[in-house]
Amino acid sequence: MAIIPIERTAKQLVLTMQDYSVFAWRAFMNLYTEPRYWSEFLIQSDIIGVGSTAIVLLAGFFTGGVLALQSAATLSQFGATAVTGQFVGITMIRELGPVLSGIMVAGRNASSMASELGSMVVTEQIDAMRALGVDPMRKLVTPRIFACISMLFFLTIVADAFGIIGGGAVTVFLNHQDGTQYFSKAWESLRYPDIIQGLVKPLFSGYIIASVGCFYGLRTTGGTQGVGRSTIQAVVNSSVLIILVDFLLTRVLLAFFPPL
Amino acid sequence: MTAFTNFGPPDPDSPAPDLPDPGQSGKKSAADKAPVVAFRNVSIAFDGPPVLNDITFSVAPGETRILLGPAGVGKSVLLKLCNGLLRPDSGSIQLFGEEIAAMPEEKLFPLRTRIGMVFQEGALFDSLTVRDNVAYQLIQENVPDDEIDTRVREALSFVGLEETFSFFPASLSGGMRRRVAIARAFINHPDMLLYDSPTGGLDPVTSTTIIELIVKERDVHRTPSILVTHRLQDAFMLCTHEFATKYDCMIPFPNGETDPNTTFLMLEEGRLIFDGSLQDLLKSQNPFVREFLE
Repeated sequence: MAIIPIERTAKQLVLTMQDYSVFAWRAFMNLYTEPRYWSEFLIQSDIIGVGSTAIVLLAGFFTGGVLALQSAATLSQFGATAVTGQFVGITMIRELGPVLSGIMVAGRNASSMASELGSMVVTEQIDAMRALGVDPMRKLVTPRIFACISMLFFLTIVADAFGIIGGGAVTVFLNHQDGTQYFSKAWESLRYPDIIQGLVKPLFSGYIIASVGCFYGLRTTGGTQGVGRSTIQAVVNSSVLIILVDFLLTRVLLAFFPPL
Repeated sequence: MTAFTNFGPPDPDSPAPDLPDPGQSGKKSAADKAPVVAFRNVSIAFDGPPVLNDITFSVAPGETRILLGPAGVGKSVLLKLCNGLLRPDSGSIQLFGEEIAAMPEEKLFPLRTRIGMVFQEGALFDSLTVRDNVAYQLIQENVPDDEIDTRVREALSFVGLEETFSFFPASLSGGMRRRVAIARAFINHPDMLLYDSPTGGLDPVTSTTIIELIVKERDVHRTPSILVTHRLQDAFMLCTHEFATKYDCMIPFPNGETDPNTTFLMLEEGRLIFDGSLQDLLKSQNPFVREFLE
């Protein structure tokens, strides 16, 4: 008998993946046909981009600081504390900047999208929108997806920059090392492939955050309890997907841009 | 002059408003008597027994159909099938002469702009002001702001809520929200109206105000409609009253007459068990109808 729940869960999982694929594809393709809601895009860009700047900035700064603290302790055993800047810079730009900002933005915005759209579903506002002749996919989902992609790109740059600054602050004020050496090492070691790797990832993460948040929001059932459930699913699934896709992308990008 | 200026009481010397044209632009014509909505053997289920089973009925131009039945019998589902918000599992639904049962969502949007729908709890957009809620469809159509303001004020005046123009829905009472929803449904002068329990959960005075607005729209513009309710007093009031433009209020028909274009449908466990006039309803020997009436 235990096989029945497993079978049901497996079918449910496949069905959800199928629904999500169709949903994400439709939301993406809407950009190529009229009508387009540019004002919604700008509003969402403000909410996602400007609204998330503070958390991304702080997360980046302190992560850079922690990297500098931890690496300095290890590197000093090999007499290589001079390369702290290189270590922090490359790690932040290639990996931690994109992933951290993705997860921070997912925590803040995937949850807000799921709860906002979920509330609209349970109060029949989505049905009202459809009844008024407006496609909720075009009006609500597509602008959020493209706003999230474009804003996460810039937020990642902010996280990278403040990560390196945070690492620099720790290097100078706590590790009492030379700041010029730190920043020059960080700058010298950077290559274009590192930057490309770091800036391709947020494009995928942004798409994941908004599409997963809207997907779970719009399939909310079961009143206010259902809204809470959708919010949790949106945050958990978008965060896990960001890390999974980050792994796959890293694997692919390393094949294109092998390390020196 | 905007289309919305028709909201005022009609000029007694002018001809009665035309009836909906199921064909082209949403403008009204009395010539075509084809049903506005026609259900044929429609069934739908959600992970269980059918919610609606083999439903067949139609709404003629100028006709008001009152859908009666206890809570949870599938009334709101039937209403959402009318404008394609839900898809039937089987059967055919004709809306303005077009088959919508399997019509793609993109093609349904233009059809839906010809229908005004009042949801059970109003379903106002809580992040928008009353003005933006009522004008939602006009904003999508890029109507100039000045014209939007004029038409919204006229629509709000029709429902007696001019003062709420810049309010947010959260600051309105339940009855006011319902009236704003009615203004939103009326503003684009629809070819058909769908009311989902417009008086549900409201006190008797507010309910009467809402019914009066519905009677006014029915008698002034002859817009065909389907009204879902489980409140008999509201249904009977709709049938036994007319809107007197002279007094700007609803009055009973003389000598116990009823509106010939207002008829009843009744659902029981997903099946349509009654379709007829008020007199037929009162004479019905169906045990469920009798129990519901008594």
